[in-house]
Amino acid sequence: MSRTGRREIVMKLTGAQALIKSLEMEQVEVMFGLPGGAILPVYDPLIDSSIRHILVRHEQGAGHMASGYAWATGRPGVAMVTSGPAATNIVTPLCDAYMDSVPVVVITGQVAYSVIGTDAFQEADTVGITMPITKHNWLITDAQDIPRVVREAFHVATTGRPGPVLVDLPKDVANAPMEWYWPEKVDLPGYKPNVKGHPKQIKDAARLMQEAQRPVIYAGGGIIKSGGARALRELAELTGMPVVTTLMGRGSIPDAHPQCLGMPGMHGNYTAVTAMQKSDLLVTLGARFDDRVTGKVATFAPDAKIIHVDIDPAELGKVRHADVPIVGDVRAVIEELSKAVRAEHAKASAPDISEWMNQVRSWQAQYPLKYTQEEGGPLKPQYVIEQLRENTPDDCILASGVGQHQMWASQLWKFNQPNTWVNSGGLGTMGYAVPAAIGAKVGRPDRMVWAIDGDGCFQMTAQELVTAASERIPVKIAILNNAYLGMVRQWQELFYEERYSEVYLSPDLPDYVKWAEAMGCVGMRVDNADDVVTTIEKANEIDDRPVVIDFRTDWREKVYPMVPAGASNDDIILGPEFGEGGR
Amino acid sequence: MILHHILTVTVENKPGVLSRVAGLFSRRGFNIVSLAVSPTDDERFSRMTIVVDAESAPLEQVVKQLNKLVPVIKITEVAPSEGVERELMMVTVRATADARSQVTELTAIFEAKIVDVGYEAMTIMVTGDPDRLDAFSDLVKPFGIVELQRTGRIALPKLSRQPTRLRAVKTARG
Repeated sequence: MSRTGRREIVMKLTGAQALIKSLEMEQVEVMFGLPGGAILPVYDPLIDSSIRHILVRHEQGAGHMASGYAWATGRPGVAMVTSGPAATNIVTPLCDAYMDSVPVVVITGQVAYSVIGTDAFQEADTVGITMPITKHNWLITDAQDIPRVVREAFHVATTGRPGPVLVDLPKDVANAPMEWYWPEKVDLPGYKPNVKGHPKQIKDAARLMQEAQRPVIYAGGGIIKSGGARALRELAELTGMPVVTTLMGRGSIPDAHPQCLGMPGMHGNYTAVTAMQKSDLLVTLGARFDDRVTGKVATFAPDAKIIHVDIDPAELGKVRHADVPIVGDVRAVIEELSKAVRAEHAKASAPDISEWMNQVRSWQAQYPLKYTQEEGGPLKPQYVIEQLRENTPDDCILASGVGQHQMWASQLWKFNQPNTWVNSGGLGTMGYAVPAAIGAKVGRPDRMVWAIDGDGCFQMTAQELVTAASERIPVKIAILNNAYLGMVRQWQELFYEERYSEVYLSPDLPDYVKWAEAMGCVGMRVDNADDVVTTIEKANEIDDRPVVIDFRTDWREKVYPMVPAGASNDDIILGPEFGEGGR
Repeated sequence: MILHHILTVTVENKPGVLSRVAGLFSRRGFNIVSLAVSPTDDERFSRMTIVVDAESAPLEQVVKQLNKLVPVIKITEVAPSEGVERELMMVTVRATADARSQVTELTAIFEAKIVDVGYEAMTIMVTGDPDRLDAFSDLVKPFGIVELQRTGRIALPKLSRQPTRLRAVKTARG
């Protein structure tokens, strides 16, 4: 080659090498996975890669870890597994991430392209199976396409309404040679998310906010996803409006903030539910009128006009007609909305909603969340959660499974920062907590990570604590062990005449302490209120391995308030703490 | 006739796209009345003409959900009153010597075409709007229909002196 002449240097790689290199180009630092036949070629170049790989014990764990990682960091979580049964094992986490709009990239091995369709060993139609539960998926048929597809996959997963994507890579394609390149930009003509809200709509929204007498800001998971917590707080303080934070939106405004009313919905607190119900304007930001929030849709917030901001146009008008629909990135729209509200205030001064706020305050005083921990009485799950909150740092990340413990955690934990709540909302995946907490801790090793789990949930995915112990990921698990599938039991008690069908689990089978120890964790047990704080403190001091605490809680305890399924939010049941009038 | 909407959907010409579209319809509980897929003048794209049962789902949701599919490039709605719909039908009718002339006569009235003749049956091709095809199949029924196939309809907007009658429903993407 001459001194002046330039020649393109062609780098020849295998498909597998190109895949790993592409992941590195996407700044992937960690991936969760488990190797197997069809993905073997890709696990070889992984040895030489800067990417940390965490070897899970079940592919479901890999998927939920990727999701927990994404919740805690705001970056996409990556999981890699083999074909067939591994791919089907990761279907649940994909569906979970799809329902909760979590950016997760899953790479699956596939049998050689030359034998696809022959019912080869460990062959499954992964792309077909995951089509309805991914934002998009790809079957790569040519090694030359790998960098382009990986680039597209990360782009689709992380932009617009985030969501899971899947890339299926046949073994012969992974082994085939290709010439390395990295695409400058993504070219997807059918995928152009609209980020910027329409200025006229924003102006209309600001005008409605100016006129409202009983407004409520309805803040959902979109705030967390868009990094809009600060913008939300500014808008809330500018308008003085009360804010409810949905299960997915917990932490989008600090619970300590005086305008934060906490969680609405089926197990929301009375004030959050009733404020929405009586409001004349719902400023809906990155939320989707989920049935768990609205109760019976026909009677939900009957007097409220709706401003609905969402990056996904299909959410606007899907459940409830929006008077002012705005398509756009919720953070960007909130920032514009704040400007428009300021302009309205400049014209006519800020509206006075003090009467409404007084009403809200009186509900808060009259109907707080209530439980009683009796001296020497059975340990109340709510007490454990409150003590845990008081004895952990403000920025502690909390994961949970699904059921009673999840509702108590969401009700009673004080979330004061975004991205500190890692949770399965839409799909309601039992067993989410342990792997999700591990993923969160991997993403944020600087933070303390606790999981509040149920005994039923824990038994579904506990084996991932072996992963955590061997990888030195010091998560802490608080099992609220009431020896029941508690939420199902609660429904049977309330709606099936106390006919308990297949809900009893036993408090000491398995022995959770021994099980924890067998998995390389520290195991502890607490069966009375006096030992709760000292045990939590002991757990907080352990930083070299996972900790599991078996809290033996009162099995009689039920989650209140409660709006029965399909009932109107007006028919909220407060619970026995409020006497006969609680009904 | 069921209340229906016609969507002309331009999609990327890639494997699995039909499956994505069909899967979306079944998952969201939307009913397809008829579906026709064909290449376009640009080989990168295909065109789907989907007739949607408007009672099964609000059209707006159908369109918005379809828009979310990455390979969907463009969706145009053609309201039934504002479009030209055409369909092709081939029908094999029992027509022995004594009935043959009557069937031939019907074929002539409908400006249809006999495309195959056998010893006791003939196959006729009819094109036109779907109502016309219905009428023809009703009329030949008494002779005995051996086999019948229809293509599913395709549609284009009616032309008019107004600048455009196409309603581009693809306004925003997600």
